[in-house]
Amino acid sequence: MGDVIVAEDLEKRFGDFVAVNRVTFSVREGEVFGFLGPNGAGKTTTMRMIQCVSPKTSGRLEVFGMDVNTHPADIKCLIGVVPQETNLDPDFSVHENLMVYSRYFDIPPRTALETIGSLLDFVQLSERRDTSIEKLSGGMKRRLILARALINNPRLLILDEPTVGLDPQARHLIWDRLRALRSRGNTIVLTTHYMEEAAQLCDRIVIMDQGRILELGRPQDLVQKHAGVDIVEADNKPEVLACLGRMGAKYDVAGERVQVFTEKAREVTAALLQECSPIEVVARPAGLEDVFLKLTGRRLKE
Amino acid sequence: MSWLQYLHPPMLTRRTLRVWQRNRNVFVKTFRVNFLPPLLEPLLYLLSLGYGLGVFVTQINGVSYPRFIAPALLAISIMNAGFFETTYASYVRMYFQKTFDAIIATPLSIEEVITGEILWGATRSVINASIMLPVLIAFGVVDLPISFVIIPFAFLAGFLFASIGMCFTALTPNIDTLNLPTFLFITPMFLFSGTFFPLSILPMPIQVIATAVLPLTHVVKITRMITLSQVTPAILVSLAWIIIVAAVLFVLAVNLMKRRLIV
Ligand SMILES: Nc1ncnc2c1ncn2[C@@H]1O[C@H](COP(=O)(O)OP(=O)(O)OP(=O)(O)O)[C@@H](O)[C@H]1O
Ligand SMILES: [Mg+2]
Repeated sequence: MGDVIVAEDLEKRFGDFVAVNRVTFSVREGEVFGFLGPNGAGKTTTMRMIQCVSPKTSGRLEVFGMDVNTHPADIKCLIGVVPQETNLDPDFSVHENLMVYSRYFDIPPRTALETIGSLLDFVQLSERRDTSIEKLSGGMKRRLILARALINNPRLLILDEPTVGLDPQARHLIWDRLRALRSRGNTIVLTTHYMEEAAQLCDRIVIMDQGRILELGRPQDLVQKHAGVDIVEADNKPEVLACLGRMGAKYDVAGERVQVFTEKAREVTAALLQECSPIEVVARPAGLEDVFLKLTGRRLKE
Repeated sequence: MSWLQYLHPPMLTRRTLRVWQRNRNVFVKTFRVNFLPPLLEPLLYLLSLGYGLGVFVTQINGVSYPRFIAPALLAISIMNAGFFETTYASYVRMYFQKTFDAIIATPLSIEEVITGEILWGATRSVINASIMLPVLIAFGVVDLPISFVIIPFAFLAGFLFASIGMCFTALTPNIDTLNLPTFLFITPMFLFSGTFFPLSILPMPIQVIATAVLPLTHVVKITRMITLSQVTPAILVSLAWIIIVAAVLFVLAVNLMKRRLIV
């Protein structure tokens, strides 16, 4: 299968500030590809370059084999976009929003009516057909934006934090819809701050920080590589650290806690409880969040 | 050399009309509100100025005062419709509603969005002129049938004012500073473009400035020649002025907007 997006040494500067620092990646047809990274990592900037709305500073960027600089309209015909910032048209109702949007793609009104009917079902907004945008809840707006992004039956879907601010029900609904789209063969690129979202949905992810790609791979591989299988956590106290040192265990200090990445959680836990008398010990499977924090640091960004 | 980049001609497709259609749909939805101002405005001005002040100013160059200001009322309405559509209304769509952001995620380009907005501004001018004209006809202050020529002319003049408005929108730091061009440009123009008194009574330097740089002067000249059936070859000079300035400012508006919005 071919590559839908190819980025090579892709760079974006705002004046002197480098927002995206020569990143290289490619997205394969039919996969869900995730961008993880702290605030300001350059995720949205990268999405906007792919969408042909923000010109790249240098490097190569092709979508469906077309250069973003020379074929923006052709590329934009083939993609659907869920932007980070909700930008539904407040002058129109739910249905009108989709109708007006369909015209931008030159979709004939009759086809559009049919598509809109099934899209509203798809995102469970059929009852809200004639509601004005201000009267929708945040979750309904996100779902409507997803429907809007699908109006042109896009081969590539770009979602910038699709589930930000949603309750678990709404989030699961969107995840469910994204899985359905993937099984239809759509390629999906998304950014997220939710590790669970990335782990659940993405075939491959990149972890970005300060404009650079730190890691690229399958979520489970990255967990294996950077966090091991399990994590044992205990209180960050000098006795515990000294004790861990005596045991020869490799550990990370994370604020009030100390973490041991290990494949032998049981033994480490037992040893800690017996020898180090910590107040509390927790053993749990390692996850993407551990990888994320390890790679991007625990300091608050920006 | 660098200012030349702002005269780069925009690349447009038929999709430009989609933006126009969007604004038309909103307009139709709220038609009753939009309908009133152009209907009431000429009534108020005609009654207060035309028939109130007109008691004292009986005639100007052999023309009764209501007939003298009627074409100016049309020109002012054409100006306001185009200018305010692409200043406050476009600014709200661009900045607060993020409508432009939403549209450029589709196959439309920012050049097409801005052009569609300006075309819509020109259309608002046509709509205003078309609503106002029957009122003026009812008062018998414009000649017929020649005055119907004002309607197509309103598109050209509206295009000019919409382009001017869009240039200011591209440059304004925020919505409050849009008041500056309104007070420093539109209001003086409203008063000093041969609207309520003939330009010829002003000192020569002001006449020259008004003719050289105030678009409304040329628009009033043309509407007045039309409604009084006094068309002279001078109309060609004013038409040429409007066409050239509109073309340059349109291209400038698109490029200034590109500079503002493409980051
Ligand atoms: N138009 C702009 N002008 C100047 N700097 C910008 C502009 N847009 C983004 N930046 C900067 O580029 C960096 C990357 O921003 P971007 O929005 O891509 O981050 P992000 O990864 O999407 O963050 P978040 O998770 O908060 O959405 C930030 O430091 C931001 O301040
Ligand atoms: Mg972002």
